[in-house]
Amino acid sequence: MSTETVDKPVKKESEALLSKRRKKIVSDPLNDDNPITIQVLGICSALAVTTQMKPTMVMSIAVIFVIVFSNLTISLIRKLIPNRVRIIVQLAVIATLVTLVNEVLQAFAYDMYKELSVFVGLIITNCIIMGRLEAFALANKPYDSILDGLGSGLGYAWIILAVAFFRELFGSGAIFGFEVFEAIGFSSDGWVGMDYQANGIMVTPVGAFFILGLIIWVQRNKTGYVEN
Amino acid sequence: MDLINLGIKSIFIENMVFAYFLGMCSFLAVSKKVSTAFGLGLAVVFVLTITVPTNWLLSEFILNEGALSWISKDLATVDLSFLSFIMYIAVIASMVQLVEMVIEKTSPALYGSLGIFLPLIAVNCAILGSSLFMDQRDYGLAESAVYGFSSGIGWFLAIIALAAIRERLKYSNVPDGLKGLGITMLITGLMGIAFMSFMGISI
Repeated sequence: MSTETVDKPVKKESEALLSKRRKKIVSDPLNDDNPITIQVLGICSALAVTTQMKPTMVMSIAVIFVIVFSNLTISLIRKLIPNRVRIIVQLAVIATLVTLVNEVLQAFAYDMYKELSVFVGLIITNCIIMGRLEAFALANKPYDSILDGLGSGLGYAWIILAVAFFRELFGSGAIFGFEVFEAIGFSSDGWVGMDYQANGIMVTPVGAFFILGLIIWVQRNKTGYVEN
Repeated sequence: MDLINLGIKSIFIENMVFAYFLGMCSFLAVSKKVSTAFGLGLAVVFVLTITVPTNWLLSEFILNEGALSWISKDLATVDLSFLSFIMYIAVIASMVQLVEMVIEKTSPALYGSLGIFLPLIAVNCAILGSSLFMDQRDYGLAESAVYGFSSGIGWFLAIIALAAIRERLKYSNVPDGLKGLGITMLITGLMGIAFMSFMGISI
């Protein structure tokens, strides 16, 4: 910039592309500051799509995409957004990206689109995305914001994948549609001599609450985090 | 009669919280006290009752394929339904802004206790979710109004019930790791089992 004044530091020490601080931005939300289990954000969709691994996978990818790009967009225009209308601006950016995801799914993966139904649209109201925009992207540089979005997205993804793993395993005895219990002998001609009795409660919403509650318990015991 | 059935169905059988997990964030975060939960619940019922029919009008007369034909015949082939997410969320966000202003004027105490969660109703998935379900299930205007109101009531009942349980829970000895969110998830699961008993009712 030609208007740069002398008192500004002309040469700023450039930070390494993956410095310690930046690694922390990505790794913190994975465990210590997980969006779902610690910050209690984005629970709605975390539970709704997790009956099977496959839709959960699609959902995680969609959320990571939306969170990274909305973080980037808001961070790029952060100095132009008037404070009072920021919520609407954020919602507009998120809604645009989600519409994009929705159209892509509808065009290339119609079955998945049918299965996820309204929950793709509900990425808009996923509080994690809104929360990251408010708390991080509005005050930080684009590159850091991308990393932050990636971290939070991955933190969200691994929790819902874990929930989906247990729900599909016990609820329908399969992983990614592969009949695990049948493969290890739970069938009439296997060594167990009977089929695996699917645990119906895991397929219902109730199972998701229990699994997530237990995951939270295990994780908090490990990190030593106590809510008062 | 159909409308009454739809109402009962969306309050109990297809409860927003226990059947679809919608609106969980504020459901878990604002359910520590019954009085706050009551205020938030009322606000959600109000916003839902207004936004679902409004969004119905929007999709019927502007967004759906051929919906613009009331302006001129040339627009009969226009399909704007890909804009529905943005339009719905805009209606919801402005309605929430309105509610916020009304509450701030009429009840500053409630305004103070709801805090950040009042503007966050805008991102309460129960609200956008209802509009999307309305769209997907092809409800009419009267049905949308009933659906919006009764899913609000369903959410309201759920959060009041959870808040009442959590008030009692304060005096129980819960393992450290389960305190707060963990035990609340388990309780919500148990409440969900209770609500599952409504599924047997066929209307």
